[in-house]
Amino acid sequence: MFEIFGIPSQALFGQLLLGLINGSFYALLSLGLAVIFGMLNIINFAHGAQYMLGAFVAFFLLQYLGINYWLALVISPIVVGLTGIVIERLFLQWLYKLDHLYGLLLTFGIALIIEGVFRNYFGSSGLPYRAPELLQGGQNLGFMFLPNYRAWVVVFSLVVCLVTWFVIERTKLGSYLRAATENPTLVRAFGINVPRMITLTYGFGVGLAALAGVMAAPIYNVSPQMGANLIIVVFAVVVIGGMGSIMGAIVTGFGLGVIEGLTKVFFPQASNTVIFIIMAIVLLIRPAGLFGRRA
Amino acid sequence: MATADLALTVTGKPMQSRSELIAFAVMVGFLIVAPAFLYPVFLMKALCFALFACAFNLLIGYVGLLSFGHALYFGWASYVCAHLAKVGTISLPYWFGSWKWLVIPLPPLSPELAILGGTLFAAVLGVIAGSIAIRRQGIYFAMITLALAQMMYFFAVQAPFTGGEDGIQGVPRGNLFGLVSLADPMAMYFTVAVIFLAGFLMIYRIVHSPFGEVLKAIRENEQRAISLGYKTDRYKLVAFVLSATFTGLAGATKAIVFQLASLTDVDWPMSGEVVLMTLVGGLGTVFGPVVGALFVITLENYLTKLGQWVFVVQGIIFVACVLLFRRGIVGEIAQALRIRL
Repeated sequence: MFEIFGIPSQALFGQLLLGLINGSFYALLSLGLAVIFGMLNIINFAHGAQYMLGAFVAFFLLQYLGINYWLALVISPIVVGLTGIVIERLFLQWLYKLDHLYGLLLTFGIALIIEGVFRNYFGSSGLPYRAPELLQGGQNLGFMFLPNYRAWVVVFSLVVCLVTWFVIERTKLGSYLRAATENPTLVRAFGINVPRMITLTYGFGVGLAALAGVMAAPIYNVSPQMGANLIIVVFAVVVIGGMGSIMGAIVTGFGLGVIEGLTKVFFPQASNTVIFIIMAIVLLIRPAGLFGRRA
Repeated sequence: MATADLALTVTGKPMQSRSELIAFAVMVGFLIVAPAFLYPVFLMKALCFALFACAFNLLIGYVGLLSFGHALYFGWASYVCAHLAKVGTISLPYWFGSWKWLVIPLPPLSPELAILGGTLFAAVLGVIAGSIAIRRQGIYFAMITLALAQMMYFFAVQAPFTGGEDGIQGVPRGNLFGLVSLADPMAMYFTVAVIFLAGFLMIYRIVHSPFGEVLKAIRENEQRAISLGYKTDRYKLVAFVLSATFTGLAGATKAIVFQLASLTDVDWPMSGEVVLMTLVGGLGTVFGPVVGALFVITLENYLTKLGQWVFVVQGIIFVACVLLFRRGIVGEIAQALRIRL
């Protein structure tokens, strides 16, 4: 044990780790928002509710079907992604020709419905979800204690982010996606089913939110409110990063998580607000966001 | 016609269409008769929210800017108003080598001054938040306003004078201009009604002025407005500040009516609620926000027993409005009868 700037290393690195974990969720969620916005031109206000749904599906799977964390990590995003596809087919597809704001209002309504239903049945207290056996315990690194599960969350979300980046920026499927974002009519003329691609993109973005939810379940309790406040922070992250770049969303997400963690150590009063303050400063200096292109 | 004269004297020119004039007369008539058969507290709540929605509509309906953080001005104006009416003394922290408190000793203020103080504070917040938010358009604008409001929500949770979870309770209604006791429900009701009508007519006057025409031009096509030589950022900022100010007036009045300022009024569901009211009533219509506020408040009154289902119902209304009738109640009526409302 040693001290840095008068702060015990345990506290400093502990908060840094917590910051990285929050950062992973920011990155996963803002990545999903950016992918959805790219294709649908809609800001998905229901993203926080869908993150919460992901955690609840994992909880139900364990509670009622005895299905463990590892399977939930696959099943939950698929299930929640499918509900996303239903939402896109039933509601969102009618809005693409309208002002972007209507998409925001509609998904806000959907978020209210989902969160209201869950609050009604599960109240506001959290439900515990145990981390899997394999990831119980932790490592003593000398300067800090590293819980295995938390290390897993950081590494796994980084991998998911990078795979998503690779698929979108470096594969044929991704090139169709980017082309359809730029000019849907032209891509359609080449015989690619753009409406189906839009539907699947929404399902994928929602699935990413659900995946983040499953990963969050053992760290934070599973509760109906878990997404509502998070999504507002993620909006600020998206404003700071700009939605033009996938890598930008990932870097901004992790970076802001770390800054938030450090704020908790050095100036705890501001830890809730630091991301919003950074957002205001970025807007004053670079209105398009750090990685954004001027519209 | 008495109401026509009122509209004439307050706005400087009469309501611009016959249908608007008739609707205005009906509204004033309703305000006078209503306390005979409806609870004054319910009516006052509806009026505060109606003014809130009208102020919000000034921005979304006439400039096309969707703010998702109007709870910021509503809630903070109500905190400041409640504090001025109950305590009076203002303590501001400042940095001069170390943190010190600048104390302005004031007695508890009378209600009209407290409301004025809350309203001015909302205007100042509007200048600050507005100059940050107007740097981006569309959905980014919505996200920025939401984030700034959330930041100020956390300040409200932490600041000592707001009373945290308890809020500021037992705010005295006091005597209006030191003369009329507002503890009397009827006196309070008519004070609120006058504040509402004054706010309503001023907003009407603003959106029908040359300034308002420029705002509508920005809403339709900002690039064109810029190329015509208008400094659109300035117009947007002024509209934003005006909207925040009238929102503050509504919030401050609500604090006096309910003798309470609490976290509910600064939290984001409140921002969502005013969006819902305006959307239900009709974006960009003169009377829509009033009808929408009345509709939503009435609905909530009936649904209070249902607990969390209120949010579900609100969500369903949001979805239905966006998909099925985007013009809102008043917008649809105006369209069907081919009149302006």
